[in-house]
Amino acid sequence: MTAPRVFVPRDATACALGADRVAEAIVAAAADRGIELVLIRNGSRGAFWLEPLVEVETTAGRVAFGPVDVDAVPGLFEAGFPGDTDHALALGQVTGIDWLASQQRLTFARAGWTDPLSLDDYRAQGGYVGLARALDLSSQQIVDEVKESGLRGRGGAAFPTGIKWQTVLDAPGQRKFIVCNADEGDSGTFADRLLMESDPYQLIEGMTIAGLAVGAQEGFIYLRSEYPHCKAVLTEALARAERAGYLGEDVCGSGQRFRIELRIGAGAYICGEETSLLDSLEGKRGLVRFKPPLPAIEGLLGLPTVVNNVLSLGAVSTILADGASHYRDFGSGRSRGTLTVQLAGNIKRGGLVEVPFGLSLRDLVMGYGGGTASGRPARAIQVGGPLGSYLPEALWDTPLDYEALAEAGGMLGHGGVVVFDDTVDMAQQARFAMEFCAVESCGKCTPCRVGSARGVEVIDRLIAGRDRARDLKVLDDLCDTMVDGSLCAMGGLTPYPVRSALKHFPEDFG
Amino acid sequence: MSAAVSLQEIVEAAVEASRDRIGALLPALHAIQDKLGHVPPDAVPMIANALNLSRAEVHGVISFYHDFRTEPPGEHTVQLCRAEACQAMGSRELERHARQKLGVSFGQTTPDGLLTLEPVYCLGNCACAPSIRINDEVHARVSPARFDELIAGLEAAE
Ligand SMILES: Cc1cc2nc3c(=O)[nH]c(=O)nc-3n(C[C@H](O)[C@H](O)[C@H](O)COP(=O)(O)O)c2cc1C
Ligand code: SF4
Ligand code: FES
Repeated sequence: MTAPRVFVPRDATACALGADRVAEAIVAAAADRGIELVLIRNGSRGAFWLEPLVEVETTAGRVAFGPVDVDAVPGLFEAGFPGDTDHALALGQVTGIDWLASQQRLTFARAGWTDPLSLDDYRAQGGYVGLARALDLSSQQIVDEVKESGLRGRGGAAFPTGIKWQTVLDAPGQRKFIVCNADEGDSGTFADRLLMESDPYQLIEGMTIAGLAVGAQEGFIYLRSEYPHCKAVLTEALARAERAGYLGEDVCGSGQRFRIELRIGAGAYICGEETSLLDSLEGKRGLVRFKPPLPAIEGLLGLPTVVNNVLSLGAVSTILADGASHYRDFGSGRSRGTLTVQLAGNIKRGGLVEVPFGLSLRDLVMGYGGGTASGRPARAIQVGGPLGSYLPEALWDTPLDYEALAEAGGMLGHGGVVVFDDTVDMAQQARFAMEFCAVESCGKCTPCRVGSARGVEVIDRLIAGRDRARDLKVLDDLCDTMVDGSLCAMGGLTPYPVRSALKHFPEDFG
Repeated sequence: MSAAVSLQEIVEAAVEASRDRIGALLPALHAIQDKLGHVPPDAVPMIANALNLSRAEVHGVISFYHDFRTEPPGEHTVQLCRAEACQAMGSRELERHARQKLGVSFGQTTPDGLLTLEPVYCLGNCACAPSIRINDEVHARVSPARFDELIAGLEAAE
């Protein structure tokens, strides 16, 4: 009999919940008992409420235990682990966990199944099929495939990826770049991190396909410095991909060159905005550039550049592997593919949910999320990051797709869903939105830089409640000025959380 | 070896490692800070010189990014997440507790030099908030009591 394989995720959240210590304890307990096992640090499935989620491979499939903390390890072994285990933490077959089984995993299909650094695992589960296909296609054919898939950028703006690539392909010049935006600054989001930590080759493959599609030989991943685990995984994955010939001077023996360099940000939310990111990559302060010119035409060093989010580039691997129509067939209306949302904040069952577009916010938060962690009634939900509106219960039946949410005054953005219970003070949330803008503004436009600082003061006055009518008017004018006079969405959208808090929860303001 | 010589050497090594890269300044600053814990003001003219930039440019970049420090930090860096998902799980109370317990506010180092307290805006651990980061480790669901345990762990390791 071969030693059973035991899986303990290496993901940042799993580790933040003690996965490293659990892994050590399992190895030590097995050694003590003379039990042979092979420990594998897999990626996470994104069911963070079950982390650390320990799995054992059996002839019938993977059985799961969770959440396992280090103190539970001896008890598990006493109950028979890693063999048949009768224990309160036993969850049965991992494929039988409804929270996961009912999802439609496309981008996150491999997450948790594989050792993220194993190229064998990646290939065994459909990896590098897309690249092999792309190598047989012309640049234009690849771009056409991406266009047909209906893929829209997952970084926030939902711009059609194929059209962006066409612009870069058509732009004259020999030197072009692929830049992956891995700055993931929105509170409540971790999908990029999960993809990079649990399935990094999917991103690397997608970037390589992008390079073939537009004729770029140099790629950059701009990763935020707040993700040290991710940095470790990507560094190793890039080295292995290069050693295996998937990156380098001669990609898979095709004669095509493509390299990827990992760059670490330095703590600036605005560097997630694509032009600020490009300035940062050039070694400068991350100031937002005027558009036009578009980065597709004048990007890094003024040369044609694709800037795409991690999930957009990852999806390209799937699209090329399974075909545009396969991807298109998921989704509805103009929202194609799957919806990846992240359930966060005051939520009982938080984590990554990948489902068809069109589920309502209520289904997600109450169904998948199981309501609040505190057990108190939910009161407000912020969708789409710090620049997204706060939605009151009356709006929770809005279906989650780009258009429907926009109609309700919200935005999907990168898919962050942050739940607050009834202890939230919405005036403080509005104040924070202004404060965050003041802290993170790149400083280029006055309405954003100065307006946000003034916004904090006005909200403080509102809370103090001396001259409500006047302060409401001042705040309203200030928001108008920020919306109208800001170069980018930082200053331009900060009024959304502020105004939605005021509109839907006026009782909290003085 | 005098301190000035070693700083010069550190700067040169950092610049050398990224000289041929696009936008060498940021990786060079990271390399210096990884080595020294901060970017000393004396390094600015050296970096400017080595990369053919003006001092103002180098200074501008250092001051733009929250990560770069110009003063030596404590032995450990403790970052508290202040962003929304953590707020929803009590990070405001945690912040008050941490300031009070440590007797420092953001950007300050405890008098014994044990740690520097910093704000951070999201660690990507938003499903299990509130989150803090100690050096390169992230911790989830950090209650004030858990915070005290973690700090006690740092003190005990002294
Ligand atoms: C203030 C601000 C912050 C942003 N942060 C991010 C980010 O962290 N990650 C990201 O992919 N896009 C971010 N974006 C959107 C990018 O500017 C850009 O639209 C995106 O990287 C394009 O990739 P996509 O088409 O694949 O979405 C941000 C935009 C703004 C205005
Ligand atoms: S709106 Fe704010 S962040 Fe955006 S360019 Fe203007 S100052 Fe910079
Ligand atoms: S908001 Fe605190 S970890 Fe994301």
